[in-house]
Formats: sequence, C-alpha cells, structure tokens
Amino acid sequence: MDILGLLIPVSLFLGAVGLAAFWWMLRKGQFEDPDGDAHRILRDDYDDKPKS
Amino acid sequence: MTATFEHVRPSACPACAVAPAAEHLAELPKEATLMLSLPGIHCAGCISGVERALLAVPGVRDARVNLTLRRAAVTAGPEVEAETLTAVLERAGYEAHELDPGVLATTAADRAGRDLLMRLAVAFFAMMNVMLLSVAVWSGAEGVTRDMMHWISAAIAIPAVIFSGRPFYVSAWGALRARRLNMDVPITLAIALALVTSSYETIHSGEHAYFDAAVMLCFFLLGGRYLDHRTRASARSAAQELAALEVPRAVRVTDAGEETVSVAELAVGDVVRVRPGGRVPVDGLVLSGQSELDRSLMTGESLPVFAGEGSLVSAGEVNLTGPLTVEVRAAGRDTALHRIADLVAVAESGRANYHSLADQAAKLYAPFVHILSVAAAVGWWLYTQDVRIALNIAAAVLIITCPCALGLAVPAVTTAASGRLFRKGLLIKDGTALERLAEADTVVFDKTGTLTHGLPTPLDADALPPEAAQVALALAEGSAHPLATSLAKALRSAGISCAEVNGLREVPGHGVEGLWRGQVVRLGRATWLGAEAPEETATFLKIGETAALTLRFADTLREGAAEVVEALQRQGKRVILISGDTRGAVARFAQAIGIEEVIAEALPQEKVALVAELSGQGAKVLMVGDGLNDTAALAAAHVSISPASALDAARSASDMVLMGRSLAPIADAVRTSVSARARIRENFTIATVYNVLAVPLAVAGLCSPLIAALAMSLSSITVSLNALRLK
Repeated sequence: MDILGLLIPVSLFLGAVGLAAFWWMLRKGQFEDPDGDAHRILRDDYDDKPKS
Repeated sequence: MTATFEHVRPSACPACAVAPAAEHLAELPKEATLMLSLPGIHCAGCISGVERALLAVPGVRDARVNLTLRRAAVTAGPEVEAETLTAVLERAGYEAHELDPGVLATTAADRAGRDLLMRLAVAFFAMMNVMLLSVAVWSGAEGVTRDMMHWISAAIAIPAVIFSGRPFYVSAWGALRARRLNMDVPITLAIALALVTSSYETIHSGEHAYFDAAVMLCFFLLGGRYLDHRTRASARSAAQELAALEVPRAVRVTDAGEETVSVAELAVGDVVRVRPGGRVPVDGLVLSGQSELDRSLMTGESLPVFAGEGSLVSAGEVNLTGPLTVEVRAAGRDTALHRIADLVAVAESGRANYHSLADQAAKLYAPFVHILSVAAAVGWWLYTQDVRIALNIAAAVLIITCPCALGLAVPAVTTAASGRLFRKGLLIKDGTALERLAEADTVVFDKTGTLTHGLPTPLDADALPPEAAQVALALAEGSAHPLATSLAKALRSAGISCAEVNGLREVPGHGVEGLWRGQVVRLGRATWLGAEAPEETATFLKIGETAALTLRFADTLREGAAEVVEALQRQGKRVILISGDTRGAVARFAQAIGIEEVIAEALPQEKVALVAELSGQGAKVLMVGDGLNDTAALAAAHVSISPASALDAARSASDMVLMGRSLAPIADAVRTSVSARARIRENFTIATVYNVLAVPLAVAGLCSPLIAALAMSLSSITVSLNALRLK
C-alpha cells in the first residue's frame, strides 16, 4: 500500500491543475459566448487572426 | 454619455487634481462601445452577416456578436450613432434594437456570476477528490489506512467548504439576524455539524466521517444557486439596457440666450424650448409656438393633439411639428410622469406578498428538519447516554434531509423554461414570473403599441384620384409628422410620382400647404380645412376650393397579435382590451381582433383600478402593455409582459419582456409556464420521496456515509433530468 503515498499527492496535484486551468479559462472569458463559439468554428469566412 | 465630475481618481499631476474638469476633457473617450440587441440571430450565417454589415459602416472599428446573449458590441468613433447601425442591420434583414451603453454597469452582475462559478469549481474539485478517497473507506479500509483517508479528506474538505459555502453562511446569518428561518439555515447547520462531528470522529479514529457529504451538499446547492443567478442576471440586464427614452436634458431660455441644462435643475417659472421631434421634459403651459403632440405613450391616444399658445403639456409627450416655448408649471418629482411612477411604487408593494412554490416548500421544510434532527439526537442521547452518538445521528439526519434536490428543483426548471422562451424571443426578469404566469386566468391587453404597432397606416390611399394622390404625396413629403411620413411611404410604394407643388410650407399644429397649378393645396387637420372630424385617426386633403378629401388611418396589427388573442381565448382565458384611445377606434379594433370586453378612454388610474378590481374578485391578471399609462397596471397585475418597444418604465415594471416584434411568444409562454409549474411540483415530490425513504434510516442510525452520498446524488440527478423533460 506504499504506492498510496505517491498516488494520492499525484491525483491531488492533477486535480489542482484542472482547477487552475478552469480558473484561467474563466478569467479569459471563454464562457461568455458558448453558442457563438460553437457556430463560429463552422463559418466560411477565413480568419487570419481570430479575434480574442 | 454624461460627464460626472464627482469621481475621484488618484492623479499623477497636481494640476489635474486641481482641475478635474480638465482631466475629464483629456480623457474624453475617442471611441465608444455601442451595444445592440439582436433578437433574431440564430446561426453562424447570422454572425458573419451582422459583423460584415456592421464593419462596412464607416467609423466602425470592431464589431463582435455574442450569440448566447444575442447582442453585438460595436467599437466605433464618436460620430457613429446607434440608429445608423440599427438601420443598417434592418436593411441587411436583422432586427436590431439599441441597448444603453450602461451595459458596462452589468459587469457587477457578471462578477457575482463568475464568483459563484469559481466556488462551484472548487466544490467540484474537492468533491471529486474526497469521493475518490471515500471509495477506499466504503470498500472496507480499516485502521491506519482509514484514518489517513479521513485526514486527507478533512484537509481538502474543510477549506473547500469554508470557501465555497460562503453564500449560504451569509444568507443564513442575515435571516437569523432578522429572526427568520430560511432554506440556508438548515443548510449551514448541516454543513457545520457534519464538519465538526467528522473532525471529532477523525481525531478519535472513528468509523464514519461525512466530509464527502458536506462537500457534495455544497456542490449541488451551489449548482442550483448558479443556475438561478444566471437566468436572472441575463434577463435583468437585457431588460434594463434597452435604450432609455426619458429626457435627462432640457433647453432653458433665459435673457442671456439658450442653455442646455439637466431636467433636475429646472424650477417652476423657467422657460424651456422644445424642438420638433423632442420629448417634453416638464409639465407646463405653452407660451408661444404651435405644434401637435403625440401623447400615445402617456395616454394611449393614437391621434396627435393640437398644442398652441395656452395649451397645457405634460412631461413625456412628443412634440411633432413646430418648436414650442413652454413655461414650467411642475418639474421633476411633481410632473405627471412622476405621479405615474409613484402609482407604480404603490402598486408594486401589493405584489410583494406573493409566495413562490419554493418559499412555500421552505416554510414547511425548515422547522420540520430542525425539530426532526433535535428529536433524533435527544432520543439517542436518552437511549445510549452517549453525546457522540447523538451528535452523529443529528448530523446524519440534517445531511439526509438537506434540500439538495429542493435547491435544484426550482432553478433547474426555471433555467430550462427560460432558455426555451429566450430562444423564442421572451426574456423572463423575475424568477417567480413563470409560476405566476401559470396561474393567470384573465388577460388584459393595452391597444396602442401593444396589440398594434402604434404607427398609423393609411386605409384608403389607393382610392384617391391619381392627381390628388400626387399632390398628397408632394405635400406629405414636406412634413415630418408621423401621419404624413406614413402617407408618403404608402403612396410611394403604390408607385405614385410626386406632383410639382411650389412654396411648400409647414404650418405647425395644422398641416402643410403649397401651390399647385396656381391653386392653394393643403394637407392637415380637419378644423384647419373646414372639414368634419370623424371619430378616427384621419387627415384631410383640400385642393383649391373643392371639398376636402378624407384620408383615414388605422393602426396596423402587430405580428402575432390576432393569433395570441385567439390562442388565449381557446385556452379558456378571459381577454379584456383596455385603452386610452377614443371609443370608436377601440371598438372597431376590438371587433377586428375578436375581443368582446372593451374599455376605452381609460386613464392610467382607471387601468390600475380595473386590474385591482379583477384581482379583488379573485382573478389572476396577466397584463400586457407598453406605455407609461400602463406602467402602474403592469406593476399591479399578478404577472405582466411588455414588448421591447415599450418605455423603460413599463419594461422595468413588467416581469417579462418580448425581445422581437411579434406577440406570438406570449401564447407559448403561457403553455410553457403551465408545464414548468407541473415539473416543479413533480420535482418537489421526487425530493420528498427520497427524503421519506432515507430519513428513517438516518434516525435509526443505519445511515452510513455511502447511503447519504447515494441518496443525495441520485435525487439531485433525477430532479435535473426531470427538469429537462420540459416541453
């Protein structure tokens, strides 16, 4: 069962990475227009530089 | 945009601090962000179309569509007007309305939403990790391993619960301070008790710890809270933002000349000038000038009225043709406009005592839970004389009965329903509005601006002799009066060309005149042309000395109006039409649309009185209206809807706002609300069934943390899935 001593910190760390990523996405406004982003990827006009 | 000098900001240069005005000038925005509401967009093509159309307008630097909120944010130079943009979009085939730039003020609401989302994420992270650790305990870990799992769970759960449960603690504390009980009191108590007994058990190497349950509780309840917040925030902001029509400014005439001042600065006795097309800012007496006034938003009259020297005008009316000089008789709080606002405040207080289904459930639930858990704890203490067991039982009972499913039951349904209605073009501003709409059995419609567009169109333009039509067109084009512009538009689209009329001259308050083949030709009011005024909206054409020709106008029916009235009547609702317009116009209209109960020439007070009387008889009234004269009635009604074109005051007084032009979503809304109420009731039943099954186990001391976790997640998931069945 010694492996638990390694696995638990690792799983906690991975979870924390996910949480931090979510926090970053929230800050960047990626949840502001979910419908629009889903449609934008399908449209015909080609963006050289997608607007942020 | 208004300049405020009050705002204090640390300034680097001392001169700026001394001269705040200069600082303000220096930072005047070079470009402004304009917000547009686009109720009709729905696909990728619309996004591209709208953005392309907007970017083609000179001065527009950037345009970005938000499909979720159905809005576009446009960055443009100061010379670009929102009206230009809406006109461009209308031409491109997209319905657009201007939104107040005060949109930026909604960032506060956004921040609250983001805050909730972050707490939700933390609770989710903690729940998943603690669950994983708990699986080991559930599957039989013992001794040191179990203790280690409990200790790590505690280290994750305690900070997570303290952080993510904050909204509940704040609300529970507020309720307790006011000596009330709300849903959050048992929630807070359950969380606190679970943490305390679990920590105690962990320290003493006990068998059961409820850290997983405490975190899970936070997660599901925050989920409900977040859904609730999102529904309300998006609707609230959109309803507030639709452009303001009030007049914050007036032109004051003094000996020194004219100056633009804020309406708040005007005093009785001041003289103000009202330009054609402007809104009258005060109640007053006309000193000079002649014009016509559009009172439709104030009184519902569709026919413009004459105003000349000595006429009384009131705030909110629109001056149509000539400039007026008005002596202020009442300003600010004393105007008729404000008296209506006061009427609204009084009417609104009547509705505040509506109890939502959730409130009713909470009222039954909160005391019951406390009594139950105290009784269980006391019983076990008497039986075993062991405080530790008694506290454990109390915590288990509180966790099992905790309103996870109850907290999700209403928000999940409301979110599903308002999302559905939003796609159809209806915004719900108030969480309980759907429940109240489901109860409505009487529908009161306003006429002008609600069932109709509020814009008259000529009825018999085709019947005019061709020459007269050409003259009429020439005259009509010389005026900005709504009847004239509407006539001109109709004649143009009928393919009539303009006659050559010289010396075109607008006689403010009367009409337009000119010379055609040496004869005086006039288009205008009945009294001016010596004709007899009929009981409906009309204008007259007189060529030379011949008898005046009558051009009748009627308001056009709003899209979907007839269908909505018919659908509501088919659903067995009593439909009443009330209008401030003249008897003849209202009666004819009611007959055309099929409404039997009609009240015409109603004052704003009478509208409220009617709504109050109907409510007094036990009817649940749905009021649909748009004008200032409807505002108080909208606030007094059990539930109310106003179209997007309505005045701010009317929109803020109503529970739901139609985003598009069509009235059709109203019938859908009624249907959806009835089904939503049924789903909410089902959800309460489901939640209760789970509680009834699990509570005896908890009281008997048989409820392990595994059973608590299962009951909680299963009931929450069932309730959410049931909400999604909404049609």
